[in-house]
Amino acid sequence: MTNTEEGVFFLTGKDFTNAGAASSSLKGILERRGVPPDIIRRMAIAAFEAELNVIIYAVAGMMKYRVTDTEIFVTVQDMGQGIPDIELAMTEGYSTATDHIREMGFGSGMGLPNIKKSTDNLAINSVMGEGTTLEFFIRIRSGGTEQA
Amino acid sequence: MNLAEILDTLNASVLTDKVTLQKSVENAYCADLMSDVLSFSTTKSILVTGLTNAQVIRTAEMAAIEMIVFVQGKRPDSQTIRLAEEKQIPLLVTDLSMFEACGKLYERGLRSKLHRHNQTPTIKCQAKSH
Repeated sequence: MTNTEEGVFFLTGKDFTNAGAASSSLKGILERRGVPPDIIRRMAIAAFEAELNVIIYAVAGMMKYRVTDTEIFVTVQDMGQGIPDIELAMTEGYSTATDHIREMGFGSGMGLPNIKKSTDNLAINSVMGEGTTLEFFIRIRSGGTEQA
Repeated sequence: MNLAEILDTLNASVLTDKVTLQKSVENAYCADLMSDVLSFSTTKSILVTGLTNAQVIRTAEMAAIEMIVFVQGKRPDSQTIRLAEEKQIPLLVTDLSMFEACGKLYERGLRSKLHRHNQTPTIKCQAKSH
């Protein structure tokens, strides 16, 4: 028996007041479904990092999720400037964030590496001048997940 | 270490209303960089920070931080406090500096464990190892 749930949240660039609202909603859905707390924490962190990237760097975007009994899939697609060098963007500490972003406590160049670290799979597709799509998932019942 | 002991240790006060104070922590993490909190903090933690914006609450929510203490008497605005109440995250404030606050918590036995997932994720884009 599978019990699949899916949905989408819309994200607005520079809307720092609501930054995190989508990830918070996703977290609530996972909690309601009784997903183990360590899995929820990893997905909440990955989703929040991805949501922040859209709000910081893009004009707009959306976060789609699909939760099954065994996996959580998230796609975050934005209309943004694109990532010129993905390998460089995956380097811990590399950032193009402005001082304004840093004053809020973000933009230290840990976002994409942290999404990779927190999930079981991350794929990045970016087209310059058009936008970036991140796809990541976490297995709910994979075994071997460390206790946080 | 429970919240009452932390209040006593840091001579701190509680900013949130209607949030349970029956909480305790095993670890502490200290940062003004929320990116670092998201990357390295652990569960069952208190966050010690000098940053008071709403993103601190969101970060704590995602990282499952149990409680937050603001140092040097810094207080967030009422909207940020309301968000913390909604998320049931107690907010504390102390007049101590970040160094002093961390030192006192360390003295009482709290530590930072660096959080690393022991999995090897498969990705299409390889990060540089260094």
